[in-house]
Amino acid sequence: MAKEIIHMRNIIKSYQLGDQEQIVLKGVDLDVYDGEFVSILGPSGSGKSTMMNIIGCLDTPTSGEYYLSERKIKDLDEKELAHIRSKEIGFVFQQFQLLPRLDATENVELPLIYSGVSVSERRSRAKEMLVKVGLEDRLDYYPNQLSGGQQQRVAIARALSTNPTILLADEPTGALDQKTGHQVMALFRELNEEGRTIIMITHDINIAKNASRTVEILDGNLTGGVVNYD
Amino acid sequence: MIKESIKMSWKNIVHNKMRSFLTTLGIVIGVTAIIALITIVEGVNNEMNSQFASLGAGKITVLAYGTPLKQGLNDNDLQKLLEIDNVLGISPTLSMDASVVRDSLLEENVVVEGKNDVYFRHNSELILKGRDFNILDMENKNRVAIINQDLERILFFGEDSLGKDIQINGITYQVVGVLDEAVATDVMSVMETRMGKKSDGKAIIPYRTAMGMAGISNISSLEILIDDTNRTDEVIKDTENVLNEAFNYKDDSYTVINLDSLLDAMDTMSNMMTTMLAGIASIALLVGGIGIMNMMLVSVTERTTEIGLRKALGATPGSIQLQFLIESIFLSLLGGFIGLVLGVSLSWAVTTLLGIPFQISTGAITLGVGFSASVGIIFGWAPARNASKLDPIDALRSV
Repeated sequence: MAKEIIHMRNIIKSYQLGDQEQIVLKGVDLDVYDGEFVSILGPSGSGKSTMMNIIGCLDTPTSGEYYLSERKIKDLDEKELAHIRSKEIGFVFQQFQLLPRLDATENVELPLIYSGVSVSERRSRAKEMLVKVGLEDRLDYYPNQLSGGQQQRVAIARALSTNPTILLADEPTGALDQKTGHQVMALFRELNEEGRTIIMITHDINIAKNASRTVEILDGNLTGGVVNYD
Repeated sequence: MIKESIKMSWKNIVHNKMRSFLTTLGIVIGVTAIIALITIVEGVNNEMNSQFASLGAGKITVLAYGTPLKQGLNDNDLQKLLEIDNVLGISPTLSMDASVVRDSLLEENVVVEGKNDVYFRHNSELILKGRDFNILDMENKNRVAIINQDLERILFFGEDSLGKDIQINGITYQVVGVLDEAVATDVMSVMETRMGKKSDGKAIIPYRTAMGMAGISNISSLEILIDDTNRTDEVIKDTENVLNEAFNYKDDSYTVINLDSLLDAMDTMSNMMTTMLAGIASIALLVGGIGIMNMMLVSVTERTTEIGLRKALGATPGSIQLQFLIESIFLSLLGGFIGLVLGVSLSWAVTTLLGIPFQISTGAITLGVGFSASVGIIFGWAPARNASKLDPIDALRSV
């Protein structure tokens, strides 16, 4: 049995909007095992972004149990959350979120700075990651010199640079055309085959199909593990 | 981490060249002003102090205008002054214009001063070559003269003047000494040199001889040399008593000038001046600091997404705060160093122009650089804190 990486029980997240309490997640259970490629499928407003924020430790649930790599993510302060993000999570965003004033290598190095890796090792690891995503000839290109697909691959290299437990992707193909989107998905599958655990959030069932398992989120409820792909 | 922050700050500053320049300008102006003002004021001060000190140490100056009936002091009065406790000697001065002739060369409008041996005893550095007056010159009313280099140049064309004769207003004097013009002797001549007035020919003869030449019998200007300068006040009091008696207690018949107390007053004044100028300059720094704060606040707003991203990638609030703080310190230190260079060059230029020795004031530099660094910390703190407190979710959403 593979190791359980994410263990969520009865996760509730609510926000106070004026004097009204809005419940975004209504008791979610989710288990993710090492080496899985899980997609969380849901339309906008379903609570999937909140889901991603909680998984990624950018936010904490109002109530419920969340264990990430057997660590209880509750009552952790901002600094401890930052350390967990730095070690456990590799984020890939819809809008790539590369820093425009840094070249590809420097962008990939960024998370390594915060996890305290030495300069020379940063450099070599960043190069290694960029080679892995097929950008060995774009090392010193700036984001505005790269196509959308290339930028997303730099972002993926950045997410992988700290060798995180989970690659957490939020609509990774949302800003890409179909063809490049497919290429990025192919890269994701490849990474998953190498053993990387991936959690991907999407509203597009065709993209979700790339995962080995899909869970659907609707109106704050996570509905059962399997989605019929056809 | 810090290295990365500095590198990142540099990139941001260079990227926003114009904005960074304008932001830094306030600091530049402030630091330039502080350094230049302090250095220049200190330079002028030191120069004045050293000159006045050499003139005024251990002596008081008496200007005796006298009354219509008695213009100046007679020998009897001088004797009384000499008898005051703690007085080393008295050096009367009188001055007139005369024409000086050597062979067939005539020089008009030469300043001829009457002095005595006491004067030279306490200003021995005045003599460039030859000798000064001695007590015999005084008592015998010897016809000897000490001339300055200008007059020697005019009359002797580089020839040695010692032992040669000149005629002052038709009377023959023997040149016994030449004055060193590098040494300024009294307040008026210092002022004149400062004002750029060219010093012309000058000759000094024993004062009694000079009195005879000028046709006066009373002395109206003299210096009193004091032994123990801690007791100057007593001497001044005794002097005033003698003068009151001499002039029958008439108002405004004399003035006693104590350069030491003048010097103290000048010191206090210039210290106040320095403080005031530095205060005014720090207003510029304050304004500059507000400019930096403004730019940092704008920068934090502009880079909200970047901050969110950095947080998602594992940056702690502390490291975000540090980055923005370093950026603002970097910015103000940059201004500080530009200001330092400008301030030092400006004060160099001004002191050179004024002809006073240029001396870098370490105090001013420490103040300028320290000030700009603290401006960076103080005014960068709030924006950096804002940045560190941004919620990464909100920050990332604001694309």
